Amino acid sequence: MSVLQRVVKPTTHKGKKVLLKKEPQIIEGTKRAIFFKGRKTSEKVRNLLKDLYLIKKPDAQMLNKKNDITIFENPQPVEAFCKKHDSAMFLMGSHSKKRPDNLVVGRTFNYSILDMIELYVENYDGLQEFANDKITVGTKPCLIFNGTLWEQSDELKQLKSIFIDFFHREEVEAVRLQGLEHSISFNATPDGKICLRSYKVLLKKSGVRTPRVELEEIGPRIDFTLRRTKLPSPDLMKDACKKPKELKVGKKKNISTDALGTTHGRIHIGKQEINKIQTRKLKGLKKTMQEKKAAKRKALVESNDGVEKRQRAD
Amino acid sequence: MDVVVSEILQKSESEALKYKSIEVKKHLELEYDLGTLLAVDNNDFESKFLRPDKREDYFLNLARDNTQLLINQLWELPTERVEEAVMVKLPPAKTLLPRMKPVPKPKSLTKWQQFAKDKGIQKKKKAKLSWDQQLQKWIPLYGFKRAQAEKEKNWVLEVPQNADPNEDQFAKKVTARSENVAKNELQRLRNIAKSKNVKVPRVGVTNPDNASSKELQTAVTVAKASTASLGKFQDKLPKEKEARGVADITPGASRKRKLPPVAGHIEKKENLEILDSILNKRPKMNIEQAVAKQIQSTKMDLSDNNHHERSKGGGSKSKNKMGKKPKGGKGQRSGGKNSAGRKRR
Repeated sequence: MSVLQRVVKPTTHKGKKVLLKKEPQIIEGTKRAIFFKGRKTSEKVRNLLKDLYLIKKPDAQMLNKKNDITIFENPQPVEAFCKKHDSAMFLMGSHSKKRPDNLVVGRTFNYSILDMIELYVENYDGLQEFANDKITVGTKPCLIFNGTLWEQSDELKQLKSIFIDFFHREEVEAVRLQGLEHSISFNATPDGKICLRSYKVLLKKSGVRTPRVELEEIGPRIDFTLRRTKLPSPDLMKDACKKPKELKVGKKKNISTDALGTTHGRIHIGKQEINKIQTRKLKGLKKTMQEKKAAKRKALVESNDGVEKRQRAD
Repeated sequence: MDVVVSEILQKSESEALKYKSIEVKKHLELEYDLGTLLAVDNNDFESKFLRPDKREDYFLNLARDNTQLLINQLWELPTERVEEAVMVKLPPAKTLLPRMKPVPKPKSLTKWQQFAKDKGIQKKKKAKLSWDQQLQKWIPLYGFKRAQAEKEKNWVLEVPQNADPNEDQFAKKVTARSENVAKNELQRLRNIAKSKNVKVPRVGVTNPDNASSKELQTAVTVAKASTASLGKFQDKLPKEKEARGVADITPGASRKRKLPPVAGHIEKKENLEILDSILNKRPKMNIEQAVAKQIQSTKMDLSDNNHHERSKGGGSKSKNKMGKKPKGGKGQRSGGKNSAGRKRR
């Protein structure tokens, strides 16, 4: 698509392809997420990371080593991880005396931290603690946000955006109706808790076309509380949310829809030259030889006149 | 007939009663983003259900209701059948999510591409194979077989007429080729620098054999300015021109004068700017100098006094022994005959 702009040229075709893939694209796929651990992690957080990894799976990467990272003091190693794995989201689990059962969720833009939110995992029940059937991997879930608080503070607004980004999977044009089998609800309660619940959707008969929905909890069941946050500056967020010109839908001219939903179009036609319209050919309308000759002579005289005039003008 | 209809209606009604309803009542309508399968419920929680023992059921019911509402919306969208499955077409997503990488910028053209575009030069396709008369076979445009063919063809090289007969023509050819490669690489880097808006240091004249006249002119101008007197005493050839764009590395060279401003108001503005720059200037105070001056003046005063005293006493030899050079008064009035009275001019 584009010419490689690197000082050192890739030597192999495969290398070139890899680099091209890493370049900014007009249409980006699902954001990949990396999961890693801090200096120390509690069992709870470890399991949580594992479960979230399972939910996110085809677009996720679990890093197994411990990392000596204090992300709010120095985010550089995390940015390096994201660059290495070409992923835009990260989840870091850690556990310390000061901040027990800690989970940091964040996003990067252009390989630098866009926003991150630190959460305290208060209660946690994993996927395995629910004995129900699980859903198939990779289904697009229904996301449900409950509570008035989501729109009231900047932190929660950002967290909502992060949650949508994390769980919504790829953008699709169409979904299979029977394939809607996962529903995740996020509840921001007035006591400052954020409760994540995940359900399997059962579509039952209802007597009408639309089915009756029944839910069955499949886990994980997590209660978060907010800790530290790093919100993006409005400029950066605006920059990150920019849409490529190619994807913007331009306004179509001369098309309008009236109240009844009928589409009206306005067509512009060129000037009608009635004299030149080819009508039905009839023998009687045909020019005779004399008429043709006269027309020819007339044209000749006119052109000569023109030449003379031009000469005079010169 | 009527009986049948009513029967059917009754039947369907009773059937509908058998199932639970799909209707959900809400205070505030939910906000939907069907493109991302998202529903936002802005209703308040009922606080009595938020107690730990009732909480889970409440959340489950809430989620059920909202999912039901979302699915009701989804089922109303136009559907189509694709291989036994009913697909529903989703509208484009409304939620703005940040991108992972910035929007790709259009790649800037290289210097050649720009030139070709301006001139309307189109790329000609070359055949991959061409017939070689000398070798009587098809040889490719590039690749190892091409190199082999070249080798085969050029087993002997003609020595040009006025060339040194001892010069190795083969070695010359090799160096010319490597130089060409280097030039191409340089141009590639220059194009990259141009597209990224990076300033690269000028490299000067790399090879005097194939330098352009412009490059040579630049080299001459720079060389001329590189004397101790910044080229002030360098002679000029009759029709010599100075290279342009080298003002930053030839400090003594004459620069193009700016034309005076065209419009009156611009001139006024410029003059006002100059005036401002002068009026806003604080007097520069060199503290060290000022202190030295102060010390000097006090010393002078002291020495003056001493002088008077000593002159009264008679001997003035000791003054010179202080080690300080006399500074010719430095504007101090010597206590001469005009020390008192009106200043005359």
